[in-house]
Amino acid sequence: MTRFRCNGMDVQTGAAPMSRLLDVLREDLRYTGPKEGCGEGECGACTVRIDGEPVMSCLVPVCQVEGAEVQTVEGLAQPVVHAVQSAFLQHGAAQCGICTPGFLMAAAALLDENPHPTREEARVALAGNLCRCTGYQKIVDAVVRAIAKEA
Amino acid sequence: MLACTAPVIRPRTLRDALQARADRPDATVLAGGTDVMVYMEAGVLQPSAVIDLWGCHGLRGIEARGNELRIGATTTHSDLARDPRVPAVLRESALTVGAVQIQNRGTVGGNICNSSPAGDTLPVWLALDADFQLSSVRGTRRVAAADYWRGYKQTALATDELLTAIYLPEVEGEAHFRKVGTRMAQAISKVIFCGRRSHGVARLAFGAVGPVPLRVRAAEDALVAGAPVSEVVRLVREGIVPIDDVRSTRDYRARVSGNVVGRWLG
Ligand SMILES: Cc1cc2nc3c(=O)[nH]c(=O)nc-3n(C[C@H](O)[C@H](O)[C@H](O)COP(=O)(O)OP(=O)(O)OC[C@H]3O[C@@H](n4cnc5c(N)ncnc54)[C@H](O)[C@@H]3O)c2cc1C
Ligand code: FES
Ligand code: FES
Repeated sequence: MTRFRCNGMDVQTGAAPMSRLLDVLREDLRYTGPKEGCGEGECGACTVRIDGEPVMSCLVPVCQVEGAEVQTVEGLAQPVVHAVQSAFLQHGAAQCGICTPGFLMAAAALLDENPHPTREEARVALAGNLCRCTGYQKIVDAVVRAIAKEA
Repeated sequence: MLACTAPVIRPRTLRDALQARADRPDATVLAGGTDVMVYMEAGVLQPSAVIDLWGCHGLRGIEARGNELRIGATTTHSDLARDPRVPAVLRESALTVGAVQIQNRGTVGGNICNSSPAGDTLPVWLALDADFQLSSVRGTRRVAAADYWRGYKQTALATDELLTAIYLPEVEGEAHFRKVGTRMAQAISKVIFCGRRSHGVARLAFGAVGPVPLRVRAAEDALVAGAPVSEVVRLVREGIVPIDDVRSTRDYRARVSGNVVGRWLG
């Protein structure tokens, strides 16, 4: 049995210890925000945060989150929609939406450390996330403007 | 992926980890999992048991000890990149290992033990004269990075040993790191170079140009002896043993390796 916290709730799973965190989140716990794009760490669609850090949940065996705090995109919108989510809406940064939860989690982690990133800093922080639709410009626009700069 | 039902041993102490390694020489060692999970997903690895080092105390972290920096084996690339005591070339190389999500999980020990010739940090350990600490229930020994990689995916690590730490001596001189790939994030390298020079010392170390990361000693000696840059470059091109593969050709790699050195020295 693996016990951890997910989106602020105590959860547990009887899944085999080497099961992918991605599968436990989606199938056992029904958090379907994290998506499977590639299953090998290349696309970022499965990005979640573990103790605040963005990671690929397709590469984390569930036994390694014992006692940790996991956050998926479902938890990002609690208690209210996160600034970066509003910015994605405002800037049209999502099309088909498959990549969006992963981008949001990577972006939220960046903005916690660096609320006013440059375009270059945003590109580096999002380099592990692939998008086939938007061409990235609008995603970067949303991230650099998510948190209003003080006047 | 085939469901993996292998038992996972999660030692809390180094002692327990070494005992587990002695008891189960067949077990797969797991650190950040960024290689292991990919191999399992691809079906090329089906562990009979797993020893998970992620939660093992005393293996993660960086600390100054005398004239050395001790880097625990499960220190992540993100940990390395954030620590100002870590030499700049090593921090730079850590920031080229995949993207942020990979750097947050992937460990230095995993990069070393995975022993891909294209591991980005490997030439840096060579150029910085690092020592690897290998431990087992039999005891602890140190192996110089230059003696660690023996052949393609063959290393000095015995089946009952774990890599526990890396020791970096205080080194002098100017150092340089360069990764040549198709793009910065996520790209597997075509050529990796780390060089260091100070009075009487030269290190010219390469990755992805042969079955193991390597130093080109003839070119290092020439550099120390004050040979012209063109001669050092020639010896580099001659001294590496590059491979043809899907990512690049032998000629391209030899040419680029020479160019990278020439540009740094020139
Ligand atoms: C999308 C993606 C991109 C990547 N990009 C790069 C890149 O640009 N450059 C690069 O160099 N690598 C890259 N990698 C490979 C990988 O991230 C690195 O090699 C990483 O350092 C592996 O560390 P880990 O802790 O995740 O290793 P694990 O997967 O846990 O282990 C790797 C190997 O080392 C063994 N091992 C681990 N720790 C120890 C120990 N302490 N003692 C003995 N054996 C041990 C394991 O048994 C296994 O064989 C990438 C991987 C992915 C998925
Ligand atoms: S599904 Fe995890 S990175 Fe693509
Ligand atoms: S919006 Fe479709 S993949 Fe990014």
